Amino acid sequence: MEAVRDTASVLHLDLDAFFAAVEQRDKPSLRGRPVVVGGLGPRGVVATASYEARQFGVRSAMSMMEARSRCPHAAFLAGRFDAYRRCSADVMAVLHDLSPLVEPLSLDEAYVDLSAAGQLTDLSPAVLFDVAEGLRREVSRVTGGLTASVGIGSSKLVAKIASELDKPDGVVVVIPGTERDLLRPMQVTVIPGVGPATGNRLRMLGVTTIDDLERLSVEELVRVLGQAHGRSLFALARGEDDRAVMAERESKSISVEDTFDTDLVEPALLSAIVDRHARAVCERLVGSGLSGRTVTIKVRQHDFTTNTRSTTLAGPTDRAAVVSRVARELLREIDTSAGVRLLGVGVSGLADWVQDDLFVDDEPPEEPVAAAPTPVDVAGRSTATGWVAGMDVEHDDFGPGWVWGAGLGRVTVRFETAETGVGPVRTLAADDNRLRRRPLPAPDPA
Amino acid sequence: MKFRVDRDVLADAVAWTARSIPARPGTIPQLAGILMVAGPDGLELSGFDYETSAHAQLPVEVADEGKALISGRLLADICRALPDRPVDVSMDGAKVSLTCGSSRFSMQTMPVEDYPALPELPPVVGSVDGDAFAAAVAQAVTAAGRDDMLPVLTGVKLEIEGATISLLATDRFRLSLRELDWRPEQNEFSANALVPAKVLGDTARSLTGGSALQVALAADGGGSDGLIGFSWTAGGSDRRTTTRLIDGSFPNVRQLFPATSETTAVVEVAALVEAVRRVSLVAGRNTPIRLTFSDAQVSLEAGNGEEAQASESLDAALDGEPITIGFNPTYLLDGLGAITGSHVHVAMTLPARPAAFAGMPGEDAEPDLQFRYLLMPLRMQG
Repeated sequence: MEAVRDTASVLHLDLDAFFAAVEQRDKPSLRGRPVVVGGLGPRGVVATASYEARQFGVRSAMSMMEARSRCPHAAFLAGRFDAYRRCSADVMAVLHDLSPLVEPLSLDEAYVDLSAAGQLTDLSPAVLFDVAEGLRREVSRVTGGLTASVGIGSSKLVAKIASELDKPDGVVVVIPGTERDLLRPMQVTVIPGVGPATGNRLRMLGVTTIDDLERLSVEELVRVLGQAHGRSLFALARGEDDRAVMAERESKSISVEDTFDTDLVEPALLSAIVDRHARAVCERLVGSGLSGRTVTIKVRQHDFTTNTRSTTLAGPTDRAAVVSRVARELLREIDTSAGVRLLGVGVSGLADWVQDDLFVDDEPPEEPVAAAPTPVDVAGRSTATGWVAGMDVEHDDFGPGWVWGAGLGRVTVRFETAETGVGPVRTLAADDNRLRRRPLPAPDPA
Repeated sequence: MKFRVDRDVLADAVAWTARSIPARPGTIPQLAGILMVAGPDGLELSGFDYETSAHAQLPVEVADEGKALISGRLLADICRALPDRPVDVSMDGAKVSLTCGSSRFSMQTMPVEDYPALPELPPVVGSVDGDAFAAAVAQAVTAAGRDDMLPVLTGVKLEIEGATISLLATDRFRLSLRELDWRPEQNEFSANALVPAKVLGDTARSLTGGSALQVALAADGGGSDGLIGFSWTAGGSDRRTTTRLIDGSFPNVRQLFPATSETTAVVEVAALVEAVRRVSLVAGRNTPIRLTFSDAQVSLEAGNGEEAQASESLDAALDGEPITIGFNPTYLLDGLGAITGSHVHVAMTLPARPAAFAGMPGEDAEPDLQFRYLLMPLRMQG
């Protein structure tokens, strides 16, 4: 089987350095400067580095500690996921305008099946190039100037690799029939699913490029990588990728988890975190008009062994009290005495109706978060006063801005927004009661 | 040990005794056995799992006295399959031999000395008509929980006040309340007991027509050492069972029945059951069936536009505001199956508040409040 489609009908769009780009958009003083978004605690990792920071060798998934040593003058920000989600939704809407068949891979990445786009009858390379450029202009318009890279090819594999070729801010259309010539000289690690582990095993067979990979028999690959992975890699090396673009799947589960700065042992503290996660999960359930029937907890031990436990309720619920009660019971089944570095609570088996409990009104009122033993500190995302670098704030006298840094009872704020241009920096008392968090503005009623 | 016994009397008593034998006896293998004791009073059969004990006394001509402990599961399987002839049982060395017609069985025994002593029956506190008890328990256990994570809800709460026993059970989503008349030994008797629903149900099922049931209860009831017992005669043998009461406090559920209702409806039970069964075919298991009460009708619908849909309408006598309310169809059918009478009386307040069901002996009769079933509706999200 050759490449399944004879036209380049799969488009892959990847927003360039997405989280960092949103920060630079909303924080004019950071434009053109290195920006690193990630976990700010001692165990934080880099989620996204701006291209300016990448020049210093900062990469995604690198430990924050290493990123700081490589690029000490970068702005290190905790990330504003509400803003990223909002921006991502705008981009996905643009893609949906192009074709009804859109498969989001994450907030900043999606496939589009152009063969499902009714108005696109001519899929010649020149037309596709115009489509890609039009798409990028529209993305830039709705996001307030973000750039995206687009790859178009006859399969998901080719489209995804193509979007990397001229990144950032580029377009590559791979003409059908040229896929194998394009792939052969590339490193095997460009193939999705070939990470460091698989890469190492292949290197031991003398394989570094896709050309090398193509010379291996399917038997050899299966022996080294196992049936499923071996066979799929054999096909991908030949550009044979018949995976369909799957329309946006409804989410199958909703979960919240946290990695801690230090391993946690105290059962009361773990229970309090379970409660907090359960509340967050249920807020998202209710926000999406959903309920769930299966409650799962995930515990990563000090030595990285990960346990999950789940239980299925008699009927779906969206009540934090119920999710919390079940999750606490599940937590008791796991030995946490040696210390926990990650704790997560999730709900799956989603439905759009709820089997309420006769005793719901008898459940003890939910304790405010503050009553729990300072879980916010534990999550490693905050100082005692809750000011986190990158957070949107608003001051009665100085207006809107963002937290530049905090500590020692003080908070430094740069008073600027995407619209104001570079603004001034002021240092305030951390407990200044004129300063508060600033929620995202209400979305445009478009 | 040597005796002859009627096949049906033996088979019935063994089957009943074997119900309290643990499925997995774990570290105490002798609990998998039924203890057989042949003595001057006939044949005694005992089964015990440290929670529940079962004891049957059969009027049997005993030729030689003696005892044996044999696998309860095997004995029950054998007795169920025996032809309809008298059964001869005797010791044959270390084995028990059983002969019935031309069938012969030889069974291994376990050491009798290792078998634990059964708890004593607590003092008898009163008695109740067997048929009435069986009917009441069958209704009450409808709503009992089966989730071992919530052991308190796997019980039926017996609230005894004078000449009335209230049986309450709930699995958090529905609640059954049954009032039962009984004859206490003392008029002022008052007690509470949380009894495993399974034991109560097994006891009720083994009662046969006309017999009276003695109720035995440690006077203080409750507590971790609480024990309830029942004794009665069935299938040609005297039986008694004891079971440990469930430790824990049963939620205060009586007040969950709404004092007033906005809408009441009266619908013929058989027609409603049929309609619910049909319409819920398109609802997956545990997805809602929606009932709209208005204009002297109840309309049932299930499913959604994307998949299959079904709907049906029935006559209903309505009083009050129109209402649309969704239920888990299984829970709804359980409730409709438990009430007695030709019609059901449904009292509702709001779509998200529980609805109360009661049976009616006729369309224009008063609702029979001896048994009430309260069901929490499903709430549509978004």
